[in-house]
Amino acid sequence: MKVEIDNLTISFPSPQGMRAAVRGVSLTLGAEKLGIVGESGSGKSLTARALLRLLPGSAVVRADKLNFDGIDILKASERDMRAIRGRRAGLILQDPKYALNPIMTAGAQIAEAWQNQRKASRKEAMQAAIDLLAQVQIRDPKRVAESYPHELSGGMGQRVMIAMMLAPDPELLIADEPTSALDASVQAEILRLMEDLVSRRGMGLMLISHDLPLVSHFCDRVVVMYAGQVMEELQAGELVRAKHPYTRGLLECLPSLSHPQTRLPVMSRDPAWLA
Amino acid sequence: MSGVRTAWPNLLDRDWLLTDSPGSRSQALWGQRYRLWRDFSANRLAMAGLIIVLALVAMAIAAPLLATHNPAQQELTNRLATPSAAHWLGTDELGRDVYSRLLFGARVTLGMVLAVVALVAPFGLAIGCIAGYYGGLVDKILMRTTDVVLAFPRLILALAFVAAIKPGITSGIIAIAITTWPPYARLARAETLTIRNTDYIAAVRLTGASSARIVLRHITPLCLGSLIVRVTLDMSSIILFAASLGFLGLGAQPPSPEWGTMIATARRFFLEQWWVPLMPGLAIFVASLAFNLLGDGLRDVLDPKQR
Amino acid sequence: MISVQDLVVRFGPVEAVRGVTFAVGEGQSFGIVGESGSGKSTVLRALAGLNDDWSGRMTIGGVALGPKRGRAFFRRVQMVFQDPYGSLHPRQTIDRALSEPLIVHGIGDADRRIRQALAEVALPSSVRFRFPHQLSGGQRQRVAIARALMCEPEVLLLDEPTSALDVSVQAEVLNLLADLQDRRKLTYVMVSHNLAVIAHLCPQLGVMQGGEMVEMLSASDLRAGRVSHPHTADLRRLSTELEEA
Repeated sequence: MKVEIDNLTISFPSPQGMRAAVRGVSLTLGAEKLGIVGESGSGKSLTARALLRLLPGSAVVRADKLNFDGIDILKASERDMRAIRGRRAGLILQDPKYALNPIMTAGAQIAEAWQNQRKASRKEAMQAAIDLLAQVQIRDPKRVAESYPHELSGGMGQRVMIAMMLAPDPELLIADEPTSALDASVQAEILRLMEDLVSRRGMGLMLISHDLPLVSHFCDRVVVMYAGQVMEELQAGELVRAKHPYTRGLLECLPSLSHPQTRLPVMSRDPAWLA
Repeated sequence: MSGVRTAWPNLLDRDWLLTDSPGSRSQALWGQRYRLWRDFSANRLAMAGLIIVLALVAMAIAAPLLATHNPAQQELTNRLATPSAAHWLGTDELGRDVYSRLLFGARVTLGMVLAVVALVAPFGLAIGCIAGYYGGLVDKILMRTTDVVLAFPRLILALAFVAAIKPGITSGIIAIAITTWPPYARLARAETLTIRNTDYIAAVRLTGASSARIVLRHITPLCLGSLIVRVTLDMSSIILFAASLGFLGLGAQPPSPEWGTMIATARRFFLEQWWVPLMPGLAIFVASLAFNLLGDGLRDVLDPKQR
Repeated sequence: MISVQDLVVRFGPVEAVRGVTFAVGEGQSFGIVGESGSGKSTVLRALAGLNDDWSGRMTIGGVALGPKRGRAFFRRVQMVFQDPYGSLHPRQTIDRALSEPLIVHGIGDADRRIRQALAEVALPSSVRFRFPHQLSGGQRQRVAIARALMCEPEVLLLDEPTSALDVSVQAEVLNLLADLQDRRKLTYVMVSHNLAVIAHLCPQLGVMQGGEMVEMLSASDLRAGRVSHPHTADLRRLSTELEEA
């Protein structure tokens, strides 16, 4: 599996004509963990959604190349897209509260996702769902399988979501701010879990987040985006050696426990970044 | 505040209205109104509805000027005449000019509708917002009362009320109002329930504002959008309800030319002289349709989620 | 300035806050950290008078607080909410949002005060007649802060004031809050899940877990790792782990 994005541009119509929200983004992703970091409006989520063709109908997508494992996403039929979405590539969203069906048990939802591409009985599917819940390190998978989403905590809900996305054995997992609705302690657990599953199954992971230190902690490579463009691409370990003033600014303006500052440095944005 | 009232002369200046940074409160307000109007007028069907409604109201107001005959003047030798140059829409069973009666009938019918709306909308809004904001016992009492009224068949309740008093336009209006307010109260309550727990209402509470001020100035305006839409969509059913009261002889009394009553008295001639009941029927149809189109357009403009 | 003793807050049969005690001196900042459901925001809302069902003793400036607060209370105490998208009335312009406290308290000279308030939170005067949806998250939070300051309060209660903002905007808002405190001698109580943010602004802080305040310590003790409760140690470890990455 290989994702190739070359010179991707996404525009939306506005009263002042077409407005580009993503401008000339290029990146590749194999069986590795790629982080995409940026502030709100940087186009990070749009980029990931374009890959699954999940953008609103008004969006105009252009690219020299937008490939998922050799399939041209721009030209693929809706049928081909359905074979990719949820099967070969899973999407995990920020808040499991909204992403899970409130009137189906967690087990039934995972079983459905699992059954989608296999010929199997309901009993087998349910057993598979319980296995998957055990894989996402839920201690009592039987009980959780029988619970409804509102009976689960945020962290538990996100585990269910991950189990559901793993059910069809995808090759790529796109996680859009998967932990920003969770407490710090749960956040670390979920990310560790994802990291572990991804490396064990040899999947690709695209982790989208606003939290630069967090992402660089868990990914192999980090792409920093600002205002629809890629500012800098870094190996995760090289965060301290980041050159771009935007990346530096993002790191420096964070209050820190170990390095107290009386005043936080404020980022000054240079229009030249968007050349 | 100084310099605020100088805004008037610029109302025809588009740039002044659409500026990103208005200089005064009134400029901002006019800009906002202009934007609403621009969105609304872009919707052709809604504009058609608005024009028809305005035309109907204008015709009702100018009825004495536009009418060709006295609406009460009988001409028994010329009963149930077909439309002609003398009687544009023909005459009814007493030889009265149908066109003139429709014009004067518009005054009665539209007047009844507007009176009902003027009674019902504020009342339903108040009940709903108060019940929703205060909750607890107040909510229980108000909403159970609403349920009781809602549980009655509308027409029966109105009939019972009119029958208990003297039939006529005023009692007709009150009867319709009594049976129409509950849905408005429910609507306003449902909206209030979601609004009252938001942070922006909490922030208003923290200014120390009284409950009355919060309900009146902060919650009601948010309910108003859906209420206005609901009202215009209900206009047609109110016309039809007034017509059915008139039809049953309990609303406007003959010889008062109310559209529903006109159909009611002409129904005997439905097979042979079909144009006699058809004309008021068409009038009701056109008015209902216009109000519906207007309501649809208003909903599109006023719904903040769509913008 | 503020003292809270044995505060208990109930939601029906559930005790969301179980016996919390702390005090804040005039012009000081006190932070409350905790995870979701720890009761930290509930403490703040009870202080602000947004929650009636509490027991214990709370005083502000020596005046004991009852379940219902009078208008005078709201002149002394104001609050800034977490979500700047939700704390501004969607149909009211910024001008209206800022005039509201003035109207309620019968304070005149609205035009000058509003212009001054916008300048104080470093917003251009062009935002005055805009609607909240026309502003960015950071601008909205500045408006919310300006609104809280309209009646010149002594105490500002901050409920996760930066957690919905981008980190670069968070820095600007934290700097603004620090400047305002210097200039106006405000007393802050700030609630957050972010240990570093709390420690940045508040020299004293309390850690909450399960409705109880399990530890109170100074920011410098926290930075140095001189903590006694395991939950505080956990939170600290999670926070520093990422910083050192």
